[in-house]
Amino acid sequence: MEHTHTGVAHEEHVHDSSTKSIWKTFWILLVITIFEVGLAFLYLEYGFMARWALNGIFVTLTLVKAFFIVAEFMHLRHEIRNLVMTVLMPLLLFVWFIIAFLADGDSWKNMRKNLAPGTPAPPATHITNEPAHH
Amino acid sequence: MDTAVTAKKKWWSGGHSPFNVSYGKLMMWYFLMSDAFTFGALLISYGTIRFMSTSWPDPNEVFHAFPGMGHTNLPLVFVSLMTFILIMSSVTMVLAVHAGHMRDRKAVAKWMSWTILGGIAFLSCQAWEWTHLHHAGAWWGHNPFLNADGTVASTNFTNFFFTITGFHGLHVTSGVVLNIVILANVLKGTYEERGHYEMVEKVGLYWHFVDLVWVFVFTCFYLL
Repeated sequence: MEHTHTGVAHEEHVHDSSTKSIWKTFWILLVITIFEVGLAFLYLEYGFMARWALNGIFVTLTLVKAFFIVAEFMHLRHEIRNLVMTVLMPLLLFVWFIIAFLADGDSWKNMRKNLAPGTPAPPATHITNEPAHH
Repeated sequence: MDTAVTAKKKWWSGGHSPFNVSYGKLMMWYFLMSDAFTFGALLISYGTIRFMSTSWPDPNEVFHAFPGMGHTNLPLVFVSLMTFILIMSSVTMVLAVHAGHMRDRKAVAKWMSWTILGGIAFLSCQAWEWTHLHHAGAWWGHNPFLNADGTVASTNFTNFFFTITGFHGLHVTSGVVLNIVILANVLKGTYEERGHYEMVEKVGLYWHFVDLVWVFVFTCFYLL
């Protein structure tokens, strides 16, 4: 009986602190979102900041928001290391997926631009093609 | 159920879950991880196509309407409202999980109801946005919007937009259905009898994941 009692009391204590952390997380997410939208408006109105810098900030802040949702709302920060690792390690594949696919898209675009009909061919290609035409 | 964590516990010696969670919760985590790859694949293919395009429609030109505001140019406002609704419903979901830890049936029911309401509000917003875009002539295979540089755009933009927000909306819909099922069980007293509200936690994990995906969709489609 005594034991159960301390268990409940402990539970109560945890409850109190984590409701606070829930609302703290909510405010963090809200403030970040408002900040992002604010930056987007600054860019629209005044062209504030280079596009690449703005995009970098947006991606970083998205990852920050993702961290808070997974760590606090999904409670992963409070799970044991085994669970954290088994869930997060496979997601590292995304690092390569993103780099590889976006680089591929970019190279595709460059090829389309450079090899589009009507585009002057680079000199080296032009010379090697010449004999074949005549 | 999970056991107390002590510093020198041998997690892999058997007799208990090496992950310190129940089977159901662990499987929910693995499902969400696989779902993250599905959404990741969709978003990365969207990024690839966008990177390979010489120009792309400006999201602020496309998404600038707000219900009841006619043709007023309000970029980002409506989608910010949708984001707020989803974050809010995530908060009410954690509060429901919390009430479950406290074994407070009434509070669980109350917060679950708010979460369901938030989910329905989000879906209504999305239905409005889709209808609005559809009236503007946008749909799978139809793209009335010009590229940012004034050239005619391909249908890639609308195809990806409707596929990805649609797939996310489908997740929200099934989340709302799951939440309703769990709420019914809470009201029936199923979990009170069982002695714990772990089902609320599992459905909560799914619900937060839906919110998490929206954070990425919001960035990829509306901000970048």
